[in-house]
Amino acid sequence: MSDFPLLEREMNGKPLIYLDNAATTQKPLAVLQSMEQYYRTHNANVHRGVYQIAAEATDLYEAARGKAAAFLQAKGAENIVFTRGTTDGINLVAQGYLASRLQPGDRILLTVAEHHSNLVPWQRVAKQRGAVLRFLPLRPDGTLDLDVAAREITPRTKLIAVAHISNVLGTIHPIRALADLAHAAGAAVVVDAAQSVPHMPVDVQALDCDFLAFSGHKAYGPTGIGILYGKKDLLAQTEPVQYGGEMIDSVELYDSTWKPAPWKFEAGTPPIAEAVGLGAALDFLTELGMDTVHERVQDVTRYAYEKLTQLAGVTLYGPGLNQTRGGLISFNVGSVHPHDVATVLDACGVAVRAGHHCTQPLMRWLGVHATVRASFGVYNTRDDVDVLVQGIQRVQEVFLP
Amino acid sequence: MTPNLSDLYRQVILDHSQHPRNFGSLDGAVAVALKNPACGDEVTLFLDVADGVIQRAAFEGHGCSISMASASMLTELILRRPLEEALHLNREFRRLLQTGQADDPDALGDLEVLVGVKQFPARIKCALLSWNALEQAIEGIDGTGGNPP
Ligand SMILES: Cc1ncc(COP(=O)(O)O)c(C=O)c1O
Repeated sequence: MSDFPLLEREMNGKPLIYLDNAATTQKPLAVLQSMEQYYRTHNANVHRGVYQIAAEATDLYEAARGKAAAFLQAKGAENIVFTRGTTDGINLVAQGYLASRLQPGDRILLTVAEHHSNLVPWQRVAKQRGAVLRFLPLRPDGTLDLDVAAREITPRTKLIAVAHISNVLGTIHPIRALADLAHAAGAAVVVDAAQSVPHMPVDVQALDCDFLAFSGHKAYGPTGIGILYGKKDLLAQTEPVQYGGEMIDSVELYDSTWKPAPWKFEAGTPPIAEAVGLGAALDFLTELGMDTVHERVQDVTRYAYEKLTQLAGVTLYGPGLNQTRGGLISFNVGSVHPHDVATVLDACGVAVRAGHHCTQPLMRWLGVHATVRASFGVYNTRDDVDVLVQGIQRVQEVFLP
Repeated sequence: MTPNLSDLYRQVILDHSQHPRNFGSLDGAVAVALKNPACGDEVTLFLDVADGVIQRAAFEGHGCSISMASASMLTELILRRPLEEALHLNREFRRLLQTGQADDPDALGDLEVLVGVKQFPARIKCALLSWNALEQAIEGIDGTGGNPP
């Protein structure tokens, strides 16, 4: 794809093969231009000025909210909160929604595979309120057993928080089925969609989730912006966790009232250019078609999975090819430490992630200290995978001669 | 410049990381455990010090070949050295990684091969993990030059 300027560069004297899309994606020209255009011609603070460019800035900011609503198939823009990213969105649900309704002994249900940002906020609120964290076990291939989940969900379960796609295993979890179980027990479902929204069609109404969070920067948009989707009544019941300008309705010396959701969650001047950039990223994805994006990423992932399985001594984690999996593959090369693998690949121009991927409990569950992870985006091709495979062969030459 | 893999992964380094020397714990020794939270590498360094001299040195942990090899070579190098000398070697090693040149290169022995790490800035913290533990261990040693109680 030619519309990603950064991908033109080299790394260590080799053409860059960027395979760390689960960490962050590169940005299409349209996103970069939208932000520059915003600063060059529309920059003003939102929701404040009466002059023309202030109205333009407000319109652009609110239009991005509308684009996010349409992208997620939400009922409307009032379901869409601008956040700093997935982490920020989950923290808002933990403190603003859950904290005030948790009783001692209530349960929060997670899986062992959650990213720290879908674990630590729940640990915190559970400690504050005397609630209990429970963890759904996974099958050896990283998939969820719904029968076990059904048994684990009790009237004490107040909330289930789970990744749509695991950022290490690539498992795609059955959100709708979990949501049905949860709702039957009166629990709310929070979806960490950091890895799904960028690469597959996501319909929040079909999933019937109560909240869903993702990060703009992993969806070809800028850093510093993300989306929290929430059902309207639940957002109405959620308290702000940040207070100040913009979010208020009227302010007295000793008391104030808030705007309705989603604006009551957006205290202070928001990241306006970033919202505009995110809107442009969602336009970019919509123009390509999320089905096409999904197919492309699936194709490269399946190809990579097949190629990596053929390499002697390479261990792959997560579901096999008999399951649909997200666009990422975690693996290890014999006993070679993942950092060493990543350094050799770096020298070959291939950018991958090595480490615990912000999932330390999952690493213990897998019985490893770390893994290498290759994660794919819309611009990756089978040729990129071939370079990855050559790089891994180079690793084996250096370390396992 | 294109960093050179064979400068980084010299045979001596691979050998030390695959067959680490002085690997294990030491009863009654000073122990300093350090972790690199960014990547999860962990090293616990054990020093047994008497009369201001390192009598025994060992380490435990897990991590990449650079952190393991560096720790392994460290334990060999500092054995039976007075503490001031160990600190001098620590300074020399850090200078080597920063500038590519130690003032006293012969003193570092095999560790000189880690000079290749300089071309890989992301890996310098791996090479220094056990040395940070060494600094902390020596700081913890009491005035009589022996293990703290
Ligand atoms: C599954 C998952 N959840 C949450 C996050 C956190 O996203 P952010 O750092 O953008 O808040 C990430 C990415 O790092 C992720 O992969």
